[in-house]
Amino acid sequence: MTSLTPPDYQAIYLSMKVALAATALSLPFGIAFAYIMSFASFRGKLLLEVLINLPLTLPPVVIGYLLLLLLGKKGWIGSFLDQLGMGIIFTWKAAVIASAVVGFPLLVRSVRLSMEHVDQQLIQASRTLGASRHDTFLTVILPLSLPGVIAGSLLMFARSLGEFGATIIVAGNIPGVTQTIPLAIYDYAGAPASQALAISLCAVSIGMSAAVLIFHEFVSARLAKRG
Amino acid sequence: MELYVQASKSFVGFQLETDFTVSGERIGIFGQSGGGKSTLAALIAGLHSPDKGEIILDGHCLFSSAKGISVPPEKRRIAVVFQQPCLFPHLDVRSNLLYGFKRCALKHRTIDFAVLIEVLKLGDLLERGVNNLSGGEKQRVALGRAVLANPRLLLMDEPLSALDEGLKFQIMPYLNSVSSEFAIPYLFISHSLVEMRLMAEQVLPVERGRVLPQTTPDELARARMGYSQVGYINLLRLTAPRPERGIYAYGWGDHELAVSAGSTEPAALFELSSKDIIIFKKHPEAISARNLLRCMVVKTFSSGNTVGVELACGTERLVAEVVAEAAQELGIVPGCQVFAAIKASSFRKLG
Repeated sequence: MTSLTPPDYQAIYLSMKVALAATALSLPFGIAFAYIMSFASFRGKLLLEVLINLPLTLPPVVIGYLLLLLLGKKGWIGSFLDQLGMGIIFTWKAAVIASAVVGFPLLVRSVRLSMEHVDQQLIQASRTLGASRHDTFLTVILPLSLPGVIAGSLLMFARSLGEFGATIIVAGNIPGVTQTIPLAIYDYAGAPASQALAISLCAVSIGMSAAVLIFHEFVSARLAKRG
Repeated sequence: MELYVQASKSFVGFQLETDFTVSGERIGIFGQSGGGKSTLAALIAGLHSPDKGEIILDGHCLFSSAKGISVPPEKRRIAVVFQQPCLFPHLDVRSNLLYGFKRCALKHRTIDFAVLIEVLKLGDLLERGVNNLSGGEKQRVALGRAVLANPRLLLMDEPLSALDEGLKFQIMPYLNSVSSEFAIPYLFISHSLVEMRLMAEQVLPVERGRVLPQTTPDELARARMGYSQVGYINLLRLTAPRPERGIYAYGWGDHELAVSAGSTEPAALFELSSKDIIIFKKHPEAISARNLLRCMVVKTFSSGNTVGVELACGTERLVAEVVAEAAQELGIVPGCQVFAAIKASSFRKLG
């Protein structure tokens, strides 16, 4: 088996960086959305629900293209950022945004499932003991939803490691800049001579995903035991 | 404590309509499941809002649809003890107990943590996780947590229903003692008339979404006697048991009662149904029942097609039940003397 090349190490590093950043960026929004979807009732909730979950079913390429329209130099957000001198398209930040959008529903689903399992009477007990809504969220709902938050973050991290379609459109495939593991494998796959290199990166990819999933199982089992 | 509730609340297939004022320190809300008791409790605690109406506690308006007031539950200072202990599973016993205390304004903090721990005997449990407690311990922690929030009203919503018979009567003295020790008025909600009689001074019966006029637990029990399968339950505190030929002889006022299901505990509470007392006009020569008491009829009352007979046995009182025809035949009227026969096996120990 061929050993990894320096660009491969860069791709691995970039994948980790993008996945971590995407998860960290999404976490507060994911928790807030999960809370709103679990406990609030308002007009247009169904629409919001569909909107959040759309990336689960849409081809990632579609998401990438829409993001390109939005973040490109002529897009609503892109033109504004361009004026501030903050170009996003074809940088690693674009890869983070692509991963965040694609993985977001997984995070929200997991956190929401956990929040909906919090006993309503615990929430009521907290309120009658003098805790405001906000206080109850921080001291009862969030700690009791921790299994979902951790599981959701891990799933999102794993999903971000594998993100390809949206990333290649908004971030391109620039070695050392935006080339993550899947993009590097895509490059290798195009050149028959690089098959061994592709296999090596595939092995790394499998190893990383398996490690995240094993950690996910381990944490879930520990939390289930504690609960 | 004075509470005024004039409220209506509709759900699918159910409507609660109330308009009452109740005052006292130990108030019971009695009724069968589905009658609206818990909805009423939720309206008072602020966990649900009435569709319209007004709720005033000790002069403080908690809810008024006309004035647009709806005080949130955390500002009402009404702590609730639920049927399930509802302890926070991620916190240990101490943190659970202090949850409400920490959120209570300094000026309202009158309850001393150490004294409460002593009263509820929680000292050995403080560092434990709440998942390692027995059912009774959990409910004591839940009660302590509610009391430590320094509420102006303690709302107990069927706090004993999830406990088994034995535990119920072990927890009840704690409910009573915290209220009197720390002078917190309470609303005690239950579908059990026996619990009502042991916990409440005044009762509001709730039936099919309506609150009926205020009464006392004993009056309520007498009124329901003729309609209840178990009749009127006499609650007897018997003392100083003495084992005697396989049964127990207990002290009861100036009398001694023979009881089958006794124990060596120095005092115990027993229940005796009005249906298990047989009344004789004259002394029966021979009888298998182990207890024969000479009594004076103090009062009679009707309930359904039966007549309740209040008997004075020395300093103690008993309520027996006979059909109207028997009362007439025997000439049972206040002031007459009768004999009450009770089998030793008719007494049921509570707790």
